[in-house]
Amino acid sequence: MEVFKLLEIEDLSVSIGGKRVLKGVNLSVGEGETHALFGPNGCGKTTLLNTIAGIPRYKVEGGRIVLKGVDITEKPMNERARLGLGIAFQHPPAIRGLKLRDLIKLCNPQANPERILKDMDLLSFADREVNRGFSGGEVKRSEMAQLLAQRPDMVMLDEPDSGVDLENIKLIGRAINRITDKEQKPSKRTRSGIIITHFGHVLDYMTTDKAHVMLEGTIVCTGSPKEILEQIKKSGYEGCAGCLCPV
Amino acid sequence: MPMSSIEERAKKARDKKARFGSDVDLEAFDVEARPHSEVGAVEDLPSEVKKAALNVGVSLDQKSGGTYIQMDQTPVMARSETEGIEILDIAAALQKYDGLKDYWWKQVMVDQDKYTADVAAHPPAGYFLRARAGASTVFPLKSCLYLGQTNLNQRVHNIIIAEEGSELHVITGCTTPSHVQKGLHIGVSEFYIKKGAHVSFTMIHSWGKEVEVRPRTSIHMEEGSSLSNNYICLSPAKTLQTNPSAYLNGPGAKASFNSVIYAAEGSLDLGSQVYLRAPGCSADSVARAVSVGGDITARGLMVGEVPDVKAHLECVGLILSEKGRIYSIPELDGRCGGLDMSHEAAVGKISEVELEYLMARGLSLEQATGVIVRGFLDVEIKGLPDSLKEELRKITQLQELHGGA
Repeated sequence: MEVFKLLEIEDLSVSIGGKRVLKGVNLSVGEGETHALFGPNGCGKTTLLNTIAGIPRYKVEGGRIVLKGVDITEKPMNERARLGLGIAFQHPPAIRGLKLRDLIKLCNPQANPERILKDMDLLSFADREVNRGFSGGEVKRSEMAQLLAQRPDMVMLDEPDSGVDLENIKLIGRAINRITDKEQKPSKRTRSGIIITHFGHVLDYMTTDKAHVMLEGTIVCTGSPKEILEQIKKSGYEGCAGCLCPV
Repeated sequence: MPMSSIEERAKKARDKKARFGSDVDLEAFDVEARPHSEVGAVEDLPSEVKKAALNVGVSLDQKSGGTYIQMDQTPVMARSETEGIEILDIAAALQKYDGLKDYWWKQVMVDQDKYTADVAAHPPAGYFLRARAGASTVFPLKSCLYLGQTNLNQRVHNIIIAEEGSELHVITGCTTPSHVQKGLHIGVSEFYIKKGAHVSFTMIHSWGKEVEVRPRTSIHMEEGSSLSNNYICLSPAKTLQTNPSAYLNGPGAKASFNSVIYAAEGSLDLGSQVYLRAPGCSADSVARAVSVGGDITARGLMVGEVPDVKAHLECVGLILSEKGRIYSIPELDGRCGGLDMSHEAAVGKISEVELEYLMARGLSLEQATGVIVRGFLDVEIKGLPDSLKEELRKITQLQELHGGA
């Protein structure tokens, strides 16, 4: 059965400040699938996610981004979000005077901030200013809490496990499973995700269907997440560069 | 100081320009104020006064610890609802307490400038608030200075005394109704915060477009006393200049100044100066300014005169329009070793990263801007009772405040 493509990236090229960072990226994520994205620092992983999110300084030079059959390449960020796109940023900013509880309500007025924050072990942060004075792990959990309220159809997670202790990685993995419908039977899953991770610890607690390796702005390899991660651990990204497996 | 000497000094300073702010021609304003009759209860106040008071966050219908209302030059209501708290109109207090010899023009200099001199040269109107030793206000005292007569020179002289160990919370709204565009408001306020007393004083201003405003405030603080002084300016006057001084004279005194300023137009020059004169004293001053076209000068001066004092200044401004100006001047003057003073100042635009962050959650650019500006102005004010905190929050969240954002 053909899986409905929730997100399709076609031949995407992107530059930042005049410098070409993505060079013809092709990627598609089917409904109910979660993909992992590996690659060394600076290869373009964050650029890909931020471009899909629509941050204006990421300039699309060619190609297109299609979400749920709609071409969103030129759409403003908030329209993409309303169409069902969500993102957990790698380094989200702190916002003065905005309480975490109120931000959760802004993500979704119907959400129950207390319940979500309790699930993310952040209940005592409800009246704290968003990300102000939060530890690395707390910032990541706050991102998850916002996504649990927003409930996007397509979620992008930029290193949700960096700076998080082992205990909390479990919590984050469980939240990702919820956000990406992994708690449902495979046939019932409609939400999808892309996750960037360097160490893969979080992958022990969540389900991923596919993995991609990105090198110098292009996806060079696609396959089983466990297999690829083991290869990277064994021979590093140089090994990926030397491998001529077809995409 | 004998009355004659006050008059003499006032006369000499009649033309003395103020150090800051543009010079106001006092002759251009009317001296004769139309009299108003006293009212017995809040219910009897003209609805326009109640409405104007509400606009500056003073809800007169709600329970308060006491009320003072001045219309133009007439005190129409001065009443305390709290045991141990005295509220009088200042003329009555001068009579009752033999000229308030220890307090009258003892903190603010009569000849500081032409504005103080002008207040001293005319019959006094204003309030006298005193918390007796150990007394405290559960509900804030509410006062409203209402300038309802076009082109009037409204002169106010207030004395606030917190006796030993007392606690006083005051909220004052100064405002003009929408039909009065032109006028002058000069307000002299002298504070005496005695040993171990705590005062929170919250002033909310909302003026007509052609009103000139010159408050003159000075605060004496004794050992272990504390002050939370909050200033909120909702709609700008033509010009406004104020620079209250606090003198921390006793060990362990603590002063905290918070200002929230939003200017679509007009010229505002605001600051605070704190003199730390005894060991263990500390002070902080936070100014948040937003200009959508207005000209804002945000000053802050901390003077450390002895060792073992701590002071921090924060002046942060957002300019949200093409025009507009925020001139931030934080000053630290450490006059000996062993003290600790710091400041933080920033003027700029809304961070794009913050906007993008909220837009990624589905907010439009306008909504995201509004959320960030409201958050920016939502200064965490210490030393206020919860009821007043809630009231203040409502004021800074007022929709009209963010019309330009």
